[in-house]
This record gives sequence, C-alpha cells and structure tokens, in this order.
Amino acid sequence: MSGANPAQPVTVGEDATRCSELKPCKMQLSGVRKAFGGNHVLNGVDLQIKAGESLVVIGGSGSGKSVMLKCILGLIYPEEGSILVDGRETVGLDTKGRDEVMKKFGMLFQGAALFDSLKVWENVAFGLIQGRRMDRRQAKDIAVEKLKAVGLKPEHGELYPAEISGGMQKRVGLARAIAANPEIIFFDEPTTGLDPIMADVINDLIVECVRDLGATALSITHDMASARKIADKVAMIYQGRIIWHGHVQDLDSPDNDYVDQFIHGRAVGPITDDLKRG
Amino acid sequence: MDSSSEQPVDGTKHNGFQAKLREALEYLLDTCESIGKTIVRLFNGVGSLTYFILRAIVHSFMPPIYFRLILRQLIDIGYYSLPVVGMTALFTGMVLALQSYTGFTRFNAESAIAGVVVLSVTRELAPVLAGLMVAGRIGASIAAEIGTMRVTEQIDALSTLSVNPFKYLIAPRLIAGTVMLPALVLVADIIGVFGGYVVAIYSLDFSPGTYLSQTWSMLEPIDVISGLIKAAVFGLIVALMGCYHGYYSQRGAQGVGTATTNAVVTASILILIFNYILTQVFFS
Repeated sequence: MSGANPAQPVTVGEDATRCSELKPCKMQLSGVRKAFGGNHVLNGVDLQIKAGESLVVIGGSGSGKSVMLKCILGLIYPEEGSILVDGRETVGLDTKGRDEVMKKFGMLFQGAALFDSLKVWENVAFGLIQGRRMDRRQAKDIAVEKLKAVGLKPEHGELYPAEISGGMQKRVGLARAIAANPEIIFFDEPTTGLDPIMADVINDLIVECVRDLGATALSITHDMASARKIADKVAMIYQGRIIWHGHVQDLDSPDNDYVDQFIHGRAVGPITDDLKRG
Repeated sequence: MDSSSEQPVDGTKHNGFQAKLREALEYLLDTCESIGKTIVRLFNGVGSLTYFILRAIVHSFMPPIYFRLILRQLIDIGYYSLPVVGMTALFTGMVLALQSYTGFTRFNAESAIAGVVVLSVTRELAPVLAGLMVAGRIGASIAAEIGTMRVTEQIDALSTLSVNPFKYLIAPRLIAGTVMLPALVLVADIIGVFGGYVVAIYSLDFSPGTYLSQTWSMLEPIDVISGLIKAAVFGLIVALMGCYHGYYSQRGAQGVGTATTNAVVTASILILIFNYILTQVFFS
C-alpha cells in the first residue's frame, strides 16, 4: 500500500481536493511548521480548503490538529510556512489586519469555552456587542434567534452556563460561533464528551448551520461517525503532516495503511508500529 | 611474563582514570547545562514579563476602553477590599500606639507617640500592609480567574470573537488596581491614625486635644502623598502579577494553583522591594 511512508502525502482524487477558478481556495496552508521546544508538532502542513466546503481533519491525540487550527486563527504563530485566507497572507499580520481577518471566523471550542460570568444570551451576543460594538438590544434579538436555530428556547438565554448541561453548552457554543454569520467556521472536537444521541444532534446542527450560512467549515475530530456526517472532504494529519486528503466517500478505501488503521480503530498497524519504535 | 602480567594492571588503571575523567566531565557538563538553562529561563521570563507589561500599558490607554468592566473591577478591588484593609489599619494603628508607649516611656518621650503613629501609618504601614493584603485577596483572585479562563480556552474564545484579551481582561484590572489602592490607603491612613488615637485616649490616658495637635504638627503633605504614590505602584504591581501569572498559566488545576501562588508571592516580594526604592527616592 502506498501509505507505508507518512512523509509522502497521498491524495485521493487530487483534482477534487485542489482549488480552481470555479472553486477558489478559502484557506490555503503551505509548509506550516511549529515546534514547542524540541517537540515538532507541525512538520510542513499543506492543505487547501475550497470555499463552501466542509473539511474534517482527523488524526490521533497529539498529531497536531489543534495546533494547526490555532495557527490559522493566529492564536499560535507558526515558525515557517504560509496561511492564506481568501488569498491574503495571515502569518505575521499586525493587530488591525488580524482583527479584520478574525471577523470572517467563528469557532466552536471543544469544551464550549463559554464565559461563566455572563448569561447564555450574553455569551452568544458577546462578539456582536464587544467585538462589533452592536447595540445590546439588537444583539440580544440576534442571540435569541441563534439560540432558536440550535434548538434552545429564549428562557435558556437567561441562565448562566453553569446551570445548563454539557450538550446545551455545546449548542450555546455553536450559537455563539454562528452569531455573526461568519464565512468560515471551525469546530474543535464538537462531539467530545457527549452521549451518542446528543453527538448526533450536534452533528446535524453543524451540517444545518454550515449549509444555511453557506460557510466554509473546518473541523477536527477523532470521532469517525461525526467526521462521516459533517464532512465533504476528509484529511488525515499524522506526525505533523497531512498524509491523506480526499472525499468522504473515499474514506472507506483510502489506499493508505495509516488512514485504514485509524478509521477502523485497529490496535495493530503502522501507527502503533511507529509508536513502538518511538 | 612480568610485562604481560603488568600490562593489564596499567590498562585497568588507565581505563579507571578515563572513566573517572569522563564522569567528572559529564558532571561538569550537566552543571553547566543546568546553569545555562536557568539563565536562559531567567532572561526568557524577564523578556516575557517586560513585553507583557508594555502591551498591557499600551492597551490600557488605547480605545476601545471597557468602562463597565473598569467600574466592576473598581468595585471588586476597592469596595470589597475595604473591610480587610480597614481592619488591618485599625489594629496596626492600635498596636503601634501600645508598642510605642512601651518603648518611649523608658525615655520619657510619650509625646512622640502621636508623631510615630501618624508617620509610620501614612508613610509605610498603610501602603505596605494594604498592598500585601490586596496582593493576597485580589492578586490571587485575578490569577485564578484569568488562569481558569486560559485553561478552559475562554481567552482563545475572546480572540476568535474579535475581542483583544489585553483590552478586555488585563487593562481594566490594571487601571482599577492603580486607582483603587491609593483610595484604600487614604482610608487606611485615617483608620490607622484613629486606631492609635483610640488606644492613646482610652487606654493610655492621653489628652485628646494634645494627641490630635501633636498628630497634625508632625504630619506633612509629603507623608501622605508619598504613601499614595507607593500605593498606586503597589496596586499596579498586584494587578500586573495577577494578570501575568494567570495569562501564562499552565494547563490543568495544578497550573492554575501554581499561577495563583506565584502571583501572590511575586507581588508581595516586589511590593517590599519597591517600598525600599520609593522610600529612598522620597526621603533619602
């Protein structure tokens, strides 16, 4: 199989994953590298995400998924490489430029990351009030509308995050992510810590919200059910590199030993062999 | 035969010497490495703190300024610290009067008690003790709050919502710390002197009029002003250390705990160091 060497990226349906004039790139990562001390987390990530598509990046714990996401968001600075958003270089942007780019993004964090001192509706409206200086009353109307979109009632808006369940917190996080109608939405492990039914509800909401907004979505997960549900395309990151990138339909015949082991959750295979070799 | 029997002995000696030499060199290298790492860590820490302070100060003066958050912090740091600082000042003033009396009666210098109380309280005790109490109460709370926000990705969430964490989290606390500690110290000055007055009048049988006139005659504006300036610096230190350690808190509950401890310890030590420096500047 061609996946024996993870250093060699394998792309299934290469033409389909590449940007074109008809389907321009919303985001493009080239040779992105990041190390923490001697730990090289990203070893030259190359990835193209087309406008309006939903890409799910899968990979094991510590493979660099979250770091890649944070590099795109400018929360972590990559040491090398280029990250283009709508053709604009975002690595090394000044504060003003970064603020402009950040207005395109919405993000659902793994633990929802709600502000516990604020009510639920204030959390949803936070970016509108504080980031965009919108009037509180107007922002509250939008927050209530977004809460409805994720299946929550206006009364839930008056509660504090500590007073609602984990699944509801994820919904609130999703409502906050879509509150400003972003062009790009990131989902960091959206179903982690949820029961299978609630996970599926969240997956449905993600698909619905992304479709309604016409947004480009980038999700990271190791939940294969979630990946299959929300993805148009799937990429696998391993040892800080994208080793596979293709349509979600091609996921079951990936022609890559690493992807094959990962999606089937096998204890034996090249990933565990690499781990044993250290 | 002799030479062949001696050769291995020499070889063993040689090998033993080499092994000891290697061991000594390794020990030396390890020592140099740990010293080097400590120095690098120290410079890294100083650089990171300086950068943090500069960013924090710049963002405190540049719009947008979150007035609601500043007001909330003014109440948290100022109003809610009032009982702690007030009690500290009251009992410090009372003890000071008692102790001064014990010492000064030996030299028939009871008349100096009022002066000692007012100068000690306004110049040193009120700003330093209020600073230390606020470091314990507010420095710890700031570090724990911001540290928890870091650990639960709330600070990252701020950035993704186009809100600068330095403007939203750090600047209001710095402004409130710098403004409110002088206000607290002014109150502590009054309460501390009042504590001394109460003990002098009701326990040491001083005449109220004489005590008050001795207090006023000893007090110069610089005594109060220097204390207030010290308080502003201490307030800035407490808020800065709380914010800095919380902002760079490591992951997990232990990381937040360490950040909280470091915030209180560094703020307390810096308060004592800056107290000496400022005293030298004002009164040398």
